[in-house]
Amino acid sequence: MATTKGAKILVECLKREGVEIAFGIPGGVNLPTFDALYDSGINVILTVHEQGAAHMADGYARATGKVGVCLATSGPGATNLTTGIATAFMDSIPVVALTGQVRTTVIGNDAFQEVDTIGVTRPITKHSFLVKDVRDIARTVREAFFIARTGRPGPVLIDLPVDTTVAEAEFLYPEEVTIRGYKPKILVDAAIDSIDQANIERAVEAIARSRRPVIYAGAGVIHGGASAELLELAHKTRIPVTTSLLGLGGFPETDPLSLGMLGMHGFEYTNYAVAACDCLIGIGARFDDRVTGKPDEFAKQATKIHIDVDPSSINKTVLVDIPIIGDVKAVLRTLNALVKPADTGAWLARIGEMRKTYPLIYRKKDKVLPQVVVQQISAATKGNAVIATGVGQHQMWAAQYYQFNHPRSLITSGGLGTMGFGLPAAIGAQFGRPGEVVWDIDGDGSFQMTAQELATAAQHHLPIKVAIMNNQFHGMVRQWQDLFYQSRYAQSRLNPVDFVKLAEANGCVGIRVERDQEVRPAIDRAMRVSDRPTVIDFLVESKEDCWPMIAPGKPHDQMLGTYESLKDAGGVPQHRRISPDEEAKLSLG
Amino acid sequence: MNEKHTISCLVENHFGVLARVAGLISARGFNIDSLTVSATEDPTVSRMTIVVDADAIKLEQVKRQLDRLIDVIGVTELSEGKFIDRELLLARVKNVGNEHVELERLVQSTPGAKIAARSPGSCVVEAIGDTNMLDQFVEQLRAYGIEKLVRTGRVALEKE
Ligand SMILES: Cc1ncc(C[n+]2csc(CCOP(=O)(O)OP(=O)(O)O)c2C)c(N)n1
Repeated sequence: MATTKGAKILVECLKREGVEIAFGIPGGVNLPTFDALYDSGINVILTVHEQGAAHMADGYARATGKVGVCLATSGPGATNLTTGIATAFMDSIPVVALTGQVRTTVIGNDAFQEVDTIGVTRPITKHSFLVKDVRDIARTVREAFFIARTGRPGPVLIDLPVDTTVAEAEFLYPEEVTIRGYKPKILVDAAIDSIDQANIERAVEAIARSRRPVIYAGAGVIHGGASAELLELAHKTRIPVTTSLLGLGGFPETDPLSLGMLGMHGFEYTNYAVAACDCLIGIGARFDDRVTGKPDEFAKQATKIHIDVDPSSINKTVLVDIPIIGDVKAVLRTLNALVKPADTGAWLARIGEMRKTYPLIYRKKDKVLPQVVVQQISAATKGNAVIATGVGQHQMWAAQYYQFNHPRSLITSGGLGTMGFGLPAAIGAQFGRPGEVVWDIDGDGSFQMTAQELATAAQHHLPIKVAIMNNQFHGMVRQWQDLFYQSRYAQSRLNPVDFVKLAEANGCVGIRVERDQEVRPAIDRAMRVSDRPTVIDFLVESKEDCWPMIAPGKPHDQMLGTYESLKDAGGVPQHRRISPDEEAKLSLG
Repeated sequence: MNEKHTISCLVENHFGVLARVAGLISARGFNIDSLTVSATEDPTVSRMTIVVDADAIKLEQVKRQLDRLIDVIGVTELSEGKFIDRELLLARVKNVGNEHVELERLVQSTPGAKIAARSPGSCVVEAIGDTNMLDQFVEQLRAYGIEKLVRTGRVALEKE
């Protein structure tokens, strides 16, 4: 019987899963795996920190829809991955993490670099495996990828004790995976359960009856590849579409029916529309508290329809009237075949009015405004770039002022809100989509959490562009301190850092921007750099606030920083998204 | 309104499954009244019988969350009247003077109860029954001075 080393079996299985790239750092117990990968044809990217590896795998997965792979050694390597794994878990991103583990014979003995990785990651993975027998490697890898990418996707961890990877076994590849406890609704043409079929029919009636319907689309539309079906539903029924932060890009914002983002920092008119709607159709969205505010006040008058692949997200925070569990694409196809146009003429006209009455607004300041930077990036890339972000005000401005038109164009940590996600996620995205323009719109606080990965980007000549909104504050924290803590800036001030020097030290182009007229030329210059990363240090207004905002626990029609409150204080309204003639067409409809 | 619900859960007989189930339930903030793990007719499968105190909406969440675990093969809620449930109780009771006779009498008149062990100062009583019956029996035993008490928690099976 011919036998193969465990690590070789592992690598062969990765190749059969279509893995082309993996991110990670070697160490004592995963050396056999790295050695087997060395000449395997899989592109293994050495990162500076394992958190970077996990975010790169995540960014790659979000940008491509494929499974991202990251590797770390046992103990500190594995614990460094955890922030990245939790980030992927909260946003349902398919990632497979391969961690080394101490020999099976010493597990539990507090051996050198031993951590109970399975235990530590149990609440932040969709599933995890400890492989104690070399003969289980092939089946485990098969199952791990299957679990990661199907149903509601998520991260899966495989913990590989070093003796398992050096042991030999006959290589038997399981063609089929059957896991009796896991029957996701995976196939697009999967039969829809009769109960859900009945609810689809109820949904059709509810839509036909409604006069003020709104579609609320989440990341599930993007994960499920159902953007085209969503567009068809909206156009057929003439129902406007708002998206969550993670749903941005799932519906083109140039479309007259687009309402942009709702929620805590969503558009004013959008939140008003949601507050006033009589039928809310949630699609692949999870009614996150940043979206709903106070759950029992959320779209209070509306009949709520909720389409989701994950039964456990139904009725979790908001009680719905018509739940439909199933693959979002399959459900939408069925629904599209049945729905009739709703009588939404008056409603669309009212929304059109609200859109004009309550635009985004900012006040000109002496210093560069971050909102202007995002608008300029949006214009320079025509809404066709991939945008990664950190977490904070800049993330919300990116969501508000960039015009997202394509699925998988916004890469941001929505659920966990992980600062430091932007740069490594942008790197992962650029590896996945080499020919495309990738920007990281970042804050000085977030950026510094993983800034060391500039070295990784430079080493691989990635032409990513990093726009740092350098306000020398943890801006979002500072804003909350101004609002709720009498401006006591407890640890929210950041030490000024020369990011141009930091960029250059890492082999990147560094540009500093201090004035308005430098903004666009700097962006254009970054767009011309094709052989290395560019970092633009935008010295922006340090105390600019992110408006509008629903204060935590408040209903959607009680926002702070509204258009009304800012317009007389020298605010410049920012009408955006759809052109006047599209507006005209809309009122005709 | 909170009520006791019995959930019967078929799980893979792997190591670590109990930690997953218990971790999930505690992470979601549900209160477990009792949880038993036991073998089934199939050696690769175990059955967990979980009694939780929850309202109908929370209960639905627990069931769906459990079902989401890869190692959980199936989740059913056992509805009132449609299942048999049993617990085993062991109680060490002080055993002195005349009370001895009365204790013997109580045990003899209680279906499913017997004296499992005797020693000079005390005896161990065992009883099998459903939760209500055992609750009542415990109340009756109190008069004799319970030194220590342990119950297995509920196991349950559908009648058909
Ligand atoms: C890892 C991590 N630590 C802390 C926080 C809490 N937090 C949320 S926003 C924020 C400030 C972000 O500052 P910066 O990245 O500079 O962005 P800005 O808000 O200034 O645009 C902090 C500290 C977080 N989200 N993530």
